[in-house]
Amino acid sequence: MTADARRPRVFLVDDHEIFRKGVRAELSDDVDLVGEADDVEPAIELIKERLPDVVLLDLHLPGGGGHLVIEAMKAAGGDAAAVKFLALSVSDAPEDVIAVIRAGARGYVTKTISGPELIDAVLRVAEGDAVFSPRLAGFVLDAFAATPADQPVFDPELDQLTPREREVLRLIARGYTYKELARELSISTKTVETHVSAVLRKLQLSSRHQLTRWATERRLV
Amino acid sequence: MAGVAGGLARRLGWDPTVVRVVLVMVSLSGYGICVYVLAWLLIPAEGENEPVIARSLADRRGIALALAFLPALVIALLIGSVLGLTWISSLALPLLVSAGGFVLIWRNADPGEKAFLHRAAAPVTSLAQRPDGSGRSSRFLLRTLAALLLLVGGLVALFESHARRSAFRPLAGLLLIIAAIVIVFGPWWLRVARDLVVERQARARAEERAEIAARVHDSVLQTLALIQRRADQPQQVIQLARAQERELRSWLFDGDRPGAPGTQDSTFAAGIHRIQEDVEALHGVAVEVVVVGDCELDDGLRSVLAAGREAAVNAAKWSGAPELSLFGEVEQRTVSLFVRDRGRGFDPETVTEDRKGIAESIRGRMARSGGTAAIRSSPGAGTEVALTMSREPGRRPRSAVAT
Repeated sequence: MTADARRPRVFLVDDHEIFRKGVRAELSDDVDLVGEADDVEPAIELIKERLPDVVLLDLHLPGGGGHLVIEAMKAAGGDAAAVKFLALSVSDAPEDVIAVIRAGARGYVTKTISGPELIDAVLRVAEGDAVFSPRLAGFVLDAFAATPADQPVFDPELDQLTPREREVLRLIARGYTYKELARELSISTKTVETHVSAVLRKLQLSSRHQLTRWATERRLV
Repeated sequence: MAGVAGGLARRLGWDPTVVRVVLVMVSLSGYGICVYVLAWLLIPAEGENEPVIARSLADRRGIALALAFLPALVIALLIGSVLGLTWISSLALPLLVSAGGFVLIWRNADPGEKAFLHRAAAPVTSLAQRPDGSGRSSRFLLRTLAALLLLVGGLVALFESHARRSAFRPLAGLLLIIAAIVIVFGPWWLRVARDLVVERQARARAEERAEIAARVHDSVLQTLALIQRRADQPQQVIQLARAQERELRSWLFDGDRPGAPGTQDSTFAAGIHRIQEDVEALHGVAVEVVVVGDCELDDGLRSVLAAGREAAVNAAKWSGAPELSLFGEVEQRTVSLFVRDRGRGFDPETVTEDRKGIAESIRGRMARSGGTAAIRSSPGAGTEVALTMSREPGRRPRSAVAT
């Protein structure tokens, strides 16, 4: 498969000039960089105007969290709502990561990710897949951890992970790539994608009280 | 105060201290202040050609204001004579003349003197310089009136008491006077107190900023400098960057002091992060850590950590992989720890003796504490060590593996 056949149009939102420069250098061979912004407001405006395939979004911007950008796009509707987001951060704070995923980001990777891995993640998001880093898998497992007795499950469909999904997340957290994971579980990579997308959907749609409560508790710890 | 004493002394050829003492003595009679103000008006300041009065002559409003004290003087003299209080008449004349002169000085002094006066007169000016909102100015008027009433009442009560000799009257008079003073100056005091609080907060913020700057300087900037110097040794650069990242993270998110000596880890998650730190620092490989859940450590879990540390150190030393993954999970019943690398791996069937020893020491340690260890490896595909242990010590079967 040639890279040119599916060069996604990528937009970069990050307030660090040095980091943007680094990402530009790493990505420019494989994607079309159609613009960049360093804060929430300009990002919203430019993304609406240029409608990229994928937006690489920093979790922390001077004007607020990156989830504000995603929410503005969803609110705008139309083509803007179809723009896909990949969150990118050095932050460890799980509540920030969960917030951006719940807003609608298709994945989360840390900024220490290598160039080829980042390109791979961007391409996968462009194709509609979800990208889970080990760290995100850990956060999600934590958020969906066994419900205590006093916590009612509102919607079993959305509020709980299936054993298979749990297994998939565990392997990702252990450092397995999707390919290694598929081999390990004797399933196709496409099935892995399906599981991961299902987890993402649950994460975004679950009204589960615990997800928010978990985030608050984490903040307090 | 305004250099009058010094100026007079120079002109008269006396010692300035003598002039000051004389001035203070004269002031006690009331006329001294008058003399002082007049001298301030009439004698040019050092380094200036014209005295304040020369400028004042052009200031018609100032003169009008100063003259406005004349009726006040007349009223005061009248009151004094009616009540037979001679001290009022004897004080009124010099005080009101001084006040008139002071108004002229106030309006016409040079900027340096003005600034000095403003500072000295802050409590009084704060009363006069109200924001021009009509509500506020009427409130100010009300306050002044109330204060005046209280003051007069208090003074009357105080002086009347001589005749009646009751202890209550002077006390009440004093209280009224104090109340008057509080009403007039209260807002100013409040403002001063508020300014003090604001200033203290600003200082606290500045100190905090300074502390952060010092921290960043001690840690991040030093590391960046080191990284620049070792740009040709990528392994060391990565090691430095990771160590710095860890330190900064623990400071930002966990509130740990950078460089603080490590205390005994008390939880499973903390233990895993300690393994990450030590392996990264000692062996220069990146360790990716994911931990789900957490719990207190007990002897069995310490064995899990010790075995995990051994597995991580092995991977760092032998696998050749630049990165390791550590995944720890605390569930309701079990605790597991996975150590994985994508290095060269080995064939468990044909391991060399020393390798086997290491593998056995991990397995043996886990078995002795009632847990399990599974080691999977194949050449070219890396190695994974999986360690599990029950959370309930009663459910940990002790195996009979000899040490």
